[in-house]
Amino acid sequence: MIVLEIASGVLLAAGALFVISGGVGLLRFPDFYTRTHAAGLTDSAGAGLILLGLLLQGAGWETAVRLLIIMLFLALTSPTSTHILAHAARRDGVPVWREGDPRR
Amino acid sequence: MIFAVMAALLVTMVLALVRAFLGPDLYNRILAINMFGTKTVLFVAVAGFLFGRPDFLDIGILYALVNFVAVVAVLRLTHHDEPATGRNGDGHS
Repeated sequence: MIVLEIASGVLLAAGALFVISGGVGLLRFPDFYTRTHAAGLTDSAGAGLILLGLLLQGAGWETAVRLLIIMLFLALTSPTSTHILAHAARRDGVPVWREGDPRR
Repeated sequence: MIFAVMAALLVTMVLALVRAFLGPDLYNRILAINMFGTKTVLFVAVAGFLFGRPDFLDIGILYALVNFVAVVAVLRLTHHDEPATGRNGDGHS
């Protein structure tokens, strides 16, 4: 039983780390396309780990089903939304950042 | 540990809001709001666990749906001519 607690704690901590790293990356990266990497990182890795950690908290099977639904849905929609965003930006002519360009 | 995750989520939400305000143009803002929405889903899920109310997760599921539709709707709004007519993007802005 104690192993579940430890595993859940480790997963939650890793998820929190990913989420914070994504947030900081969103501010520090110089360009829109690089920021999509940071945002995509937190959406997929951070959310997945946190929800997995919550899954191990040992709630009833109804909660587990809801958590799995959220995980599945986030895994499907966040890459899609990041893709259409980057596609729309590319179509709209947002210039790609090169080494040495000023921050945009 | 759940408190730590909630604190991390709050910090990230603040960072996303800062990027939403700072963001030079439209796409940075949409990206920040999209990330903010996903973090709200996680925050609701974690808060549900913290307050011992597992039925918060339904709100999380719903919010994930709404967040995705919102991003698509905003992009359609600012890009209305491109997907519908299929013409190459000669739209405005």
